[in-house]
Amino acid sequence: MRDNKKTYWKGIEQLSNDPEFVKKADKEFPEFLPINQNEDGGGSSRRDFLKMMGFGIAAASLAACEAPVRRAIPYVNKPVDVDPGIPNYYASTYTNGGDYCSIVVKTREGRPIKIEGNKLSKISQGGVNAQVEASVLSLYDNERLRGPKAAGNDTKWETLDKEVINKLNSIAAQGGQIRIVSNTILSPTTKQVIADFTAKYPTTQHIMYDASSAEGMLQANESSFGVRTIPSYDFSKSDVIVSFGADFLGTWISPIEFTKQYSKTRKIGSGKKTMSRHYQFESNLSLTGSNADYRTPIKPSDEGKAVAALYNAIASKTGGQSVSVKGEYKNIDKAAKDLLKARGKSLVVSGSNDPAVQTLVNGINSMLNNYGTTIDLAKSVNFRQGDEQAMNKFINDAKSGRINGVIFLNSNPVYNHHRGAELKDALSKVSLKISTSDRPDETAVLADYMAPDNHFLESWNDAEPKTGTYSLAQPTITPIFDTRQAQETLLTWSGNNTEYYDYLQNNWKGKITTSGDFQEAWDKTMQDGVLEVASEAAAPSGFAGNVAAAGAAINKNYKGSGVELSLYQKVGIGDGSQANNPWLQEMPDPVSKATWDNYLTVSQAWARENEVTAFEGKSNKAKVTVNGKSVVVPILIQPGQAPGTVGLALGYGRTSAGKVANERGVNAFPLATTVNGVASNSVMSGVTIEVLEEQYQIAQTQTHQTYMGRDTVIQEATLDAYKEDPYAGRHMPHISNWMAEGGETSPGNLSLWKGHKYKNHHWGMVIDLNSCTGCSACHVACQSENNIPVVGREEVINRRDMHWMRIDRYYSSDAAPSDIKGLEEAADNPEVTFQPMMCQHCNNAPCETVCPVAATTHSSEGLNQMTYNRCIGTRYCANNCPYKVRRFNWFKYHDNGQFEDVNTAMNNDLGKMVLNPDVTVRSRGVMEKCSLCIQRIQYGKLEAKKEGRRPKDEDINTACASACPADAIVFGDMNDENSRIHKMLQINHRESEDADYLIETEIGEPRAYHVLEEIGVKPNVTYLTKIRNKDKEEAKA
Amino acid sequence: MNMTQKRSLARVLLAFTLLGFLLINNQSFGQEQAAEAETEAAASSSGPIPTEPARITEGESLFNGNCKTCHKVHQKLVGPALANVYDRAPSIDWIVSFIQNSSKVIASGDTYAVNLYEEYNKTQMTAFPTFSRDQILSIMAYIKAETEAGPGGDDPKGDETNVTQTAGDSVPAAYLNAIMVGLIIVLVLILVVLVLITTILRKYLNQREDLDEDDEAIVNPTLDFDKLVKSKPVIFLVAFLFTAIAFKVVVNQLYAVGVQKGYAPKQPIAFSHKLHAGEYQIDCQYCHTGVRKSKSANIPSPNICMNCHSAVKTESPEIQKIYAAIENDRPIEWIRVHNLPDLAYFNHSQHVKVGEIECQTCHGAIEEMEVVQQHSLLTMGWCIDCHRKTDVNAKGNDYYTNLVELHEQESKGAMKVEDIGGLECSKCHY
Repeated sequence: MRDNKKTYWKGIEQLSNDPEFVKKADKEFPEFLPINQNEDGGGSSRRDFLKMMGFGIAAASLAACEAPVRRAIPYVNKPVDVDPGIPNYYASTYTNGGDYCSIVVKTREGRPIKIEGNKLSKISQGGVNAQVEASVLSLYDNERLRGPKAAGNDTKWETLDKEVINKLNSIAAQGGQIRIVSNTILSPTTKQVIADFTAKYPTTQHIMYDASSAEGMLQANESSFGVRTIPSYDFSKSDVIVSFGADFLGTWISPIEFTKQYSKTRKIGSGKKTMSRHYQFESNLSLTGSNADYRTPIKPSDEGKAVAALYNAIASKTGGQSVSVKGEYKNIDKAAKDLLKARGKSLVVSGSNDPAVQTLVNGINSMLNNYGTTIDLAKSVNFRQGDEQAMNKFINDAKSGRINGVIFLNSNPVYNHHRGAELKDALSKVSLKISTSDRPDETAVLADYMAPDNHFLESWNDAEPKTGTYSLAQPTITPIFDTRQAQETLLTWSGNNTEYYDYLQNNWKGKITTSGDFQEAWDKTMQDGVLEVASEAAAPSGFAGNVAAAGAAINKNYKGSGVELSLYQKVGIGDGSQANNPWLQEMPDPVSKATWDNYLTVSQAWARENEVTAFEGKSNKAKVTVNGKSVVVPILIQPGQAPGTVGLALGYGRTSAGKVANERGVNAFPLATTVNGVASNSVMSGVTIEVLEEQYQIAQTQTHQTYMGRDTVIQEATLDAYKEDPYAGRHMPHISNWMAEGGETSPGNLSLWKGHKYKNHHWGMVIDLNSCTGCSACHVACQSENNIPVVGREEVINRRDMHWMRIDRYYSSDAAPSDIKGLEEAADNPEVTFQPMMCQHCNNAPCETVCPVAATTHSSEGLNQMTYNRCIGTRYCANNCPYKVRRFNWFKYHDNGQFEDVNTAMNNDLGKMVLNPDVTVRSRGVMEKCSLCIQRIQYGKLEAKKEGRRPKDEDINTACASACPADAIVFGDMNDENSRIHKMLQINHRESEDADYLIETEIGEPRAYHVLEEIGVKPNVTYLTKIRNKDKEEAKA
Repeated sequence: MNMTQKRSLARVLLAFTLLGFLLINNQSFGQEQAAEAETEAAASSSGPIPTEPARITEGESLFNGNCKTCHKVHQKLVGPALANVYDRAPSIDWIVSFIQNSSKVIASGDTYAVNLYEEYNKTQMTAFPTFSRDQILSIMAYIKAETEAGPGGDDPKGDETNVTQTAGDSVPAAYLNAIMVGLIIVLVLILVVLVLITTILRKYLNQREDLDEDDEAIVNPTLDFDKLVKSKPVIFLVAFLFTAIAFKVVVNQLYAVGVQKGYAPKQPIAFSHKLHAGEYQIDCQYCHTGVRKSKSANIPSPNICMNCHSAVKTESPEIQKIYAAIENDRPIEWIRVHNLPDLAYFNHSQHVKVGEIECQTCHGAIEEMEVVQQHSLLTMGWCIDCHRKTDVNAKGNDYYTNLVELHEQESKGAMKVEDIGGLECSKCHY
């Protein structure tokens, strides 16, 4: 029955059966309750209790005497398109440096409260990621600048403009050098503005750099094809994907787009029994590596050699010129074989910033005929335009005092450039320094003038993410503070008093190539948010890269010595520009499940060698020294970390970002080095690690909410097994029953209860474990939609995180559970499965039967309802929940000084603007959990009723399902025969007289299963088995 | 005795009123028929304005619901009198576009529209973008019918109603008082006579010597009050009553915590619903714009007030407050009368648009309130009670079709809100 002999574990503690872990695992809540700080007195006495009660009653009766006067304040002049209570949606564009997403912003009463993906976009295709979802909270960040500043003091825009223009003129008059330093700019109109500025002050140069540079790719493409661009990739057409350290599902180039494409190749069903095969070669276990079918841990110093090995393997079969680089790596030959079989339908990518490595990658793709099919050079992307040489020259010029004025256009190089410290010192030699950052960040505090830009949700803008693909951004709120759009600021300084909106429109006149009315076309584009223009650019001619030189460079540069450090970006925090966003800080990292910190990821072997142990994130700190620069970070033992390597995340250690981010973790940007003339996140030598005595606990959620040894939670199979038997990997529990035929019956057939009859709707959800990449976009979407509080690091350690949705990450290996040695070895490179877990809305819900006050009940539409105002906080329901998805409000998280630094969305007037007015903010002492976005269901139903029709499938969607860039979550009405969920699950409604159940929903889809089916709670959330595209014999080995 | 009398009087009153109504109805039927005949005669002369009675009735209801506030057919109000507007205005198309979006027409520089705008002190007409051409033509049909009926067609009706009403009221009221006074006099007289008789009897009996002790006790009862008070049953009874009443009062008070029924705070502007909704019969939706489409009914913003009050009663100190609000760009801070706790979700459009519940069902006779007060309890019990009793307004709504079928298979009664999950927690709490 159960052909799946794998062992699953969530953390090292669980794998090694740490006694402490075992003790805690079967407890819903940890023993320690450090609420009462009164150590010596042993808490309050009975007398205190009576006193407090007496006072309480008196206070309550006094309070009841007079109801507070509440006011209803209408608009003075109601805007025509704003109706209180009705949300408005505006298409716009998220840009943060080169990161791009086409979005639809939901506003209520004129304030943006939620970001959704724009389905009209061909790039993001309706998907979002965690950073995009969370950016709405950054709009209401209390740390944003309230207005312009000069020398640290508040000033007025007129004064600032006058002073700046004077200084710029005097610099220009003396022929002094002016620089505009920005991240990648996607907006063509902004570039036009900068061009205008340059025309006015001719000594100006515009310098773009990226915190995660793609210089290597740009240089390689220039030498291979003569164009300094990054091509469009199409993973959806790729049957075989090989990635060398490129975290394309998490952080690399355009992760939302790639996840959309990738997930299309991972969908499988009765109609389509093929899926892509994904090889990953990397040092740190990344989100992408976790999803790979074959993952090979390699050292950073082997990265170039591994690419060369694949190149040679392909070249030997296709008759290409081979390179003289030696090295043999596991799975390279296998990958080469698969790639050769899938010529023109495969893709090889590398996250390396070394042009030599990228040249070889180009060579491989060229030999495989992938150009023109999965790679489109004609439709190049603009996500990374940073020019490292220019940036390095700027820093050198600044150091030698050749720069007179610099404008940091929403960039923060002092923090996020690896030469930030040098720049910081050099800036004292620059006479005019201006920053347009939204907050006094590490660079802005050094500036003479702060001319804060609007948040992107307050701005007009455009973007050209790809050649011929445009995107418009419109403000969804009037600027909250006295800020001014940076483009307008530059226009003013260049003597042009046009408003940026008019400037933008003028720049677009003639671009929208419709013969009709410009205004009409403009309005249409603005409403759609995106515009596609047919581009006639021809793809550059064939590959002309110098592979021999690249091979030589690799031989020269890739020499590891000692332990090697690989720097990476986390899916949530990224380059740290949104570090002051508590939603992102508390979002558990998809792989390590750690919150609020960065840490040194080490392999288990390394930990054993250095006698480092860890329990629930608590481990020693370590001092990492790279070329004289050292940082002290906590250690985290990470299964899958390549032996001999350690990893450290960028984006932390901000010093001037705001209360949430300051001093969280350490800044790893200065540790980056240079390889082959370009910046590199791989430090191959000169790394020393000293384990310190000091212990530190990382707030990790991975072992929270475990299942007490029930191990059929994840059900998976290999593709071959699935092709033979679609039920492969399924665990089908049976219970002995003398009444049933054959003496056995499925657990769902036995019940104490009569079941439910769903006459109207029957809401349900399907989660495809095969397409879920674990990216956590849904996680933040849920937080944003449902007013979920942030609790802070200490409370996460106390296991009191409030997220309704958690993404369980399971490691697994084939070793027998008794084979401890084998398991530990397997832990060096485990398989990973992600499983989004939220309230399963059981039809026989165990929580409902134990609530003494009927605060949690079942609805006639299949939902398990939670009524906060009825809950008295016994927590019986949470104790009885087999899925551990109920969250208890241990504290009042809103309007509470103790949480004001972490839960910013509920503790200041500005932050509160982000709250969803349709969802109650819960108070202390009540239980809460996933409601399947009941507010959206009710809204969708009401809209349908108002129009006198049944709701259509696309009318109602939960926040998680709509955010999912992999379309792994599908929500719908299982009673509606036209719904996607009905078709996906192949539902048969069978009405049987004799069964205890009034109506049984029969699921026909072989891959569909319920978690913990054996306990017979009959959830309304269904999972589809994970299928790995592995060869059958290997999976068993 | 009194009660029954009142009731029968009420019946008399009702009869009178009914009679009055019947008379009026007959009369109005007569008028409508006459009007129809006339319109039919005139139909051929002026273009696309329909003449079917159904369209005229539709037009009448649309006119009353939307236009009446500012326009009369034969009189100038906020806007011009509408008689003959179809001949006066440039074209029917012009009328349609003007009604749908007057500001656009004015902005386009149309001379007629601009002149009109100037003539009426630059008061802009509210746009009715939702009106279809057919609906506007129906309104035209009604106006045409009214124009042809001539001025004064309406007024005699109203007057007559008043006369009948007052007649019906005054006659029984006078009777009632006279009867009451007479009765009281008679009763008092009877009482006096009875007291006199007992006094005389007692005096006579006391004078007799042959009475035994028992009889004496009957004639001159000596009541030991002290003993009675201290008797066990009395103490028990009093104690019981006291505790019971006290208990009931406490319970009632506790239930009433947070219940603000009858709450009628003084508002910053003495706005009278009685005047606007009652006397002028302005449709609720005219001001409470969100009531059919949104969760909240919306307190009107001053620009809605200005639709009329830019011309009406401009001197009133209360109206001046609206001008001040607009001038200073400071919103009017009304005091909320109906306060639901944050944990309860209530949606007006569900009840008003889908359920077609009258505003008065929950808000009481708002058209009679000088100062708005909370009419209903607004407690959960009150909500639930209504959900138990109310039939689902399923007619013509495809959302419910299947549900009604399923319901009819199982039960004979009408489908109540309760039957489709109207009592479930998550319908209002999330």
